[in-house]
Amino acid sequence: MAKIVTDVVCPFCGTLCDDLEVALSDDGKEILEVYNACAIGATKFLHSQASDRLTRPQKKQEDGSWKEVTYDEAADYTAKMLVDAKKPLMYGWSSTSCSAQGVGAEIGEEVGACMDNTATVCHGSTLIAVQDVGVPSATLGEIANRADRVVFWGCNPAHAHPRHMSRYSIFPRGFFTGKGSKSRQMIVVDPRNTDTAKMADVHLQLEQGHDYELLSAIRVAIRGEKLPDVVAGISKEQIYEVADTLKSGRFAVIFFGMGVTHSLGKNHNIDIAISVTRDLNDYTKAAIVPMRGHYNVTGSGQVWGWQFGFPFCLDLTRGFARYNPGDSSSNDLLVRDELDAVFVLGSDPGAHFPVRSVKKIAQLPSVCIDPHITPTSAVSKMHVPVAFVGVEVGGCAYRMDNVPIETKKVVEPPEGMLTDEEFLQLVLNRVRELKGAA
Amino acid sequence: MAAIQINLISGRTIQQGVAMESGKEKPAYRDACGILELDDAEFKRLGIFKNTNVRVSSEFGTVVVKAIGATQGPHPGLGWIPMGPWANALVDPNTYSTGMPTFKGTPVTVDVAENETVLDAIALITEECL
Repeated sequence: MAKIVTDVVCPFCGTLCDDLEVALSDDGKEILEVYNACAIGATKFLHSQASDRLTRPQKKQEDGSWKEVTYDEAADYTAKMLVDAKKPLMYGWSSTSCSAQGVGAEIGEEVGACMDNTATVCHGSTLIAVQDVGVPSATLGEIANRADRVVFWGCNPAHAHPRHMSRYSIFPRGFFTGKGSKSRQMIVVDPRNTDTAKMADVHLQLEQGHDYELLSAIRVAIRGEKLPDVVAGISKEQIYEVADTLKSGRFAVIFFGMGVTHSLGKNHNIDIAISVTRDLNDYTKAAIVPMRGHYNVTGSGQVWGWQFGFPFCLDLTRGFARYNPGDSSSNDLLVRDELDAVFVLGSDPGAHFPVRSVKKIAQLPSVCIDPHITPTSAVSKMHVPVAFVGVEVGGCAYRMDNVPIETKKVVEPPEGMLTDEEFLQLVLNRVRELKGAA
Repeated sequence: MAAIQINLISGRTIQQGVAMESGKEKPAYRDACGILELDDAEFKRLGIFKNTNVRVSSEFGTVVVKAIGATQGPHPGLGWIPMGPWANALVDPNTYSTGMPTFKGTPVTVDVAENETVLDAIALITEECL
């Protein structure tokens, strides 16, 4: 009979589902099945068992082929690269635990690195906006129990956060939302007729990139002022109706995603979305929550927040923390040729940065720490596979609403494989040796 | 053959997520992300059938992907490539001092490339960068 591990936390998206059950083989070494997870989460657990998985670091040779090296050799290479560099970038940090992020931050301080996490291509605009105007927020538990007006703006949880609606935002029967989805009005704002939009009571199919105008129009409508006939492709009647729906709820929540953070206007789109939320609080209770992508990108911002005072785009090159998105952000640093080494952990800029930035990574000394083969590992000089956090090692992660949840170890990693925290500790020790501090 | 201008956006799909976690070096990742979703009207303007390879070009790059019918449409005037190296071959890297590249809303030209192949992720990034 298979052994079932319960209350497993899914290390894929920021929803951080904590009700997974994993069936293991009799000897507890192999994952046979994953219950309760979405298709992506289940695949993450099952793929960790792949027979073709890399289990040792490999270094790229002159001819482009890869040669297996030991973890000690990989740590030595990484430490030397970081110590020799004047301005290295240490990027990623979103698919790992908070304790590993802490060790990474120590290395960053020692070598004077620029440090950035995946918020830089995800919710960085949100972080800037929150610093500008603050944020009235709530936990997903409060939302499940109270929210009766739910807006998804520029996000598509049916695909990107597949269990968000069933666990927290639309379907659960909460204390004050006893009829589940029937207790709630669901509004989706998206230029596509997404699978989330198809479920909504109201879909505002706005013109792409005109979020600021539509949010501004909703503020006008909330105040009962006059609107032009059409704003961002949406009729004024529909805008007034949505404003009334939001005002008439007992608890409204706006979830938003890359549709607003990636479109022109960027942090200003979020500024005004937060302002809509603030305005709604004159009439009812309202909150706004970003749909964070990687399962621990939020934790990365938390760790750096308490260590350095800033959640991303850190520049530690002067011996103290500076923060200036646009200047100290990964893509700007890469495109401006300001870096002389790149270290990536728990992210894949090779797949998710504009190709102009990836070309720069390919030209520089570079190390990629990732369990998978990725476009980043393909252009890096050293690839260090590590154990999967949340599958083969536990560790703290922060959910999208800033609630910390301890992930679980389900199986042992392949023999001899290090976790990312263990590898980072090797690098940190070697960095200190090279700098004569230990 | 005609060429058309559309506005390109990208983002997650569940197929992209599953394929990504199954291994980005595998053909399934290319099949999930090396695609361009278009409305029927755009296929008519292009004069091609669905599932034909097309070349998509922007001010910032060019990539060959397979044009398929919109799965979450209609979305007139918009093209959709799931997030990944194919979309990122085209997007605007300018951050306008925010740190955030302009991933959504890239004007692109689409033309037919029936005889060209859609590269897998590793081949694509290697060809572009190394």
